[in-house]
Amino acid sequence: MGVGIQVENLNAWYGKTQALHEINLNVQANHATALIGPSGCGKSTFIRCLNRMHETSPEARVEGKVRIGEYDAYEGTSATRLRRRIGMVFQKPNPFPTMSIYDNVAAGLKLNGYRDKKHLDEVVEKSLISSALWEEVKDSIHKKSGASLSGGQQQRLCIARALAVEPEVLLMDEPCSALDPISTGKIEELIFELKAQYTIVIVTHNMQQAARVAEFTGFFLLGRMIEFDKTEKIFTNPSDKRTEDYITGRFG
Amino acid sequence: MRSRFQQGLDELRQKLLRMGGLAEQAVDRACQAYLDRDLSRCQMVLEGETQINVSEREIDELAFDLLAMQQPMAVDLRFILAVTKINADLERVGDQAVNIAERVMDMVSLPAVDLPVDISRMAAAVSAMVRRALESFIEAKAELAQAVLEMDNVVDRMRDEAFIVLVKTMNEKPETTRQALDALLVARNLERVADHATNIAEDVIFWVRGADVRHNVPQEASGQEEPAQRAATETH
Amino acid sequence: MPDSTQPVTPKREIGLWRRITDQLATTFAVSTVIIVLTPLVAIFTYLVIKGIGSVNWAFLTQTPKPPGEIGGGMANAIAGSVLILGIGSLLGVPLGIGAGIYLAEFGRNRFGDLVRFVSDVLNGVPSIVIGIVAYALVVLRQRHFSALAGGVALAIMMIPTITRTTEEMLLLVPNVLREAAYGLGVPRWRTTMSITLRTATSGIITGVMLAFARVAGETAPLLFTAFGNQYWNWHLDQPTAALPLQIFTYAISPYDDWHRQAWAGALVLIILIVSAVAAVRFVVRRGTLGGVA
Repeated sequence: MGVGIQVENLNAWYGKTQALHEINLNVQANHATALIGPSGCGKSTFIRCLNRMHETSPEARVEGKVRIGEYDAYEGTSATRLRRRIGMVFQKPNPFPTMSIYDNVAAGLKLNGYRDKKHLDEVVEKSLISSALWEEVKDSIHKKSGASLSGGQQQRLCIARALAVEPEVLLMDEPCSALDPISTGKIEELIFELKAQYTIVIVTHNMQQAARVAEFTGFFLLGRMIEFDKTEKIFTNPSDKRTEDYITGRFG
Repeated sequence: MRSRFQQGLDELRQKLLRMGGLAEQAVDRACQAYLDRDLSRCQMVLEGETQINVSEREIDELAFDLLAMQQPMAVDLRFILAVTKINADLERVGDQAVNIAERVMDMVSLPAVDLPVDISRMAAAVSAMVRRALESFIEAKAELAQAVLEMDNVVDRMRDEAFIVLVKTMNEKPETTRQALDALLVARNLERVADHATNIAEDVIFWVRGADVRHNVPQEASGQEEPAQRAATETH
Repeated sequence: MPDSTQPVTPKREIGLWRRITDQLATTFAVSTVIIVLTPLVAIFTYLVIKGIGSVNWAFLTQTPKPPGEIGGGMANAIAGSVLILGIGSLLGVPLGIGAGIYLAEFGRNRFGDLVRFVSDVLNGVPSIVIGIVAYALVVLRQRHFSALAGGVALAIMMIPTITRTTEEMLLLVPNVLREAAYGLGVPRWRTTMSITLRTATSGIITGVMLAFARVAGETAPLLFTAFGNQYWNWHLDQPTAALPLQIFTYAISPYDDWHRQAWAGALVLIILIVSAVAAVRFVVRRGTLGGVA
């Protein structure tokens, strides 16, 4: 089951540059929330602060509060432990090239010490089914490497890999921007189905995608969150002029 | 901004305004023909109908294209939707003008009769409504549109009064029945034109404020002032 | 009629000039390749011609006979080379790969730059100097020549190459793979070992093979470390024979038979090195999954 995310007064820096200013946001559990905005507006930085991936960048600094469900993401838990409860799918599909499909999906578990083969088999199958990839690869999960699949399949593999650790939240950073329309469509359908079990936050450049997939949308600009509301409101009658300028293409 | 899209929006606006002009002109001509018993004006109205129909098709085509190809959002989307609706209403206005002209042609073939009904006042009111509705579109001003909505009640009352008066006349002087009937129908046509003008005003409010005020049920309006105002000034 | 779909052909004068230049450039490129390959081919051919007659069973299985006597072989030298190279690899490969991992994952700082600098300098140190250093470090301490000392010398020579190649191969691993692992909650050290290192394996092995091939034929560092031996030796702390050493000793000797055997030894050495590299390449390629570069 998914959990909600509360963000209070989040600020983030890369060295001296401030990338996020006073972000306040509530992500509803078991819903999909989209984050839109022009390049460099901070939306990717924001979701990387949710699972503390921001810390892996050199000279990165974060201030503020992030609560994932019941617990604080920064106080009292290590980054690695937090990340096991939050799955992440990246812009460019990145399956581990030296591992088979099976090993890729099981990677999150195997690399964290789980060894029970039967349990792993079950989890791999379940995850591949959840990510709508099982039917296409079930006969070759041990033989084929992760990198030998097509782009859309690779991304679904990455989704399966993220789901295998049974996270509560799924973060997706422009998951379809490297894919063709048909693969994109499949993944959007997937997101729709996954909402029931997970809380999904998706960063996207594609406004039509945000409109298709998410119940809530947040508009980011220059490191600030300008508007956050139901998706229909944002796209039919936004409250802030800057939001409207962006979505009608009057921007830049 | 996407210049081809902006050009498309401008073209759509221009076309709709031209059509509005044609419809307004048709109504004015038809009313004038009634007041002057002028057959030549009736003829002009009938001939002008073709142009209005062609215009309607062109506008719908352009709007459809823009929707399909440009994925408009928010105010632009509301604008295009409003244009398609106003388009339909204007075409109907043209139809009503033709109906009035046909009534006038029938009336002129009969002897003139003095009827106790002030069609010219009603015609003036309705004409004003159409003009003001189109103005509210040009200026993208919801207040002007609001004023049109308020005038509709006045015109409705005028039609009801005309109905009562003309029925009484038909009872008292049965030899004037046909002329009275013609006048009654003209009054009804005018009231219909007023309804269409009201629709146009409601569509403008929808576009400008993002509020659906049809059927007297106002829904959530935008928290900011007149987004369409800005859009309209940009298209100038 | 000019066909609008065909590219427009240039005027004839320009065309000719361009064709000539193209031909010249191609000829130049091909001839430089031939010039570069010629010594290699010449060496190999010469070796084969001079040595193939002497590579026989006796040569491969017998130890050297006393000077002046005909016959005998370099069996102990071959075995000794294997032993010394084994020690050198055992010492050099882990250290080199470890240093490479450090530089790639944690070395983006002043200290890392220093390590890189030292590694480059070490790479340029003449092999005889390295031999002397190993002599001072190991032979003098133990008071005798040994295979261990030879191994140490070779290890020192292998480390810079392995370090640099490992670092480069690890840096080639796209950062998105590391991020994917972090995103799964895998700690950094585990990511480095299980993901980054595994992805770079093929390249790292190439680096190791390069280093191996280079030191396999080194003579100078073995001169005062392993020293050479007429007899079999499997003890790490005793002087040991090695192919390059043996070839050197025989080549500068006045005996014709030893000259003959030196040629044979050189040929055997080349063949051994080439086979070792090819074998490792083969194993690595077989071991990777379908579809992986």
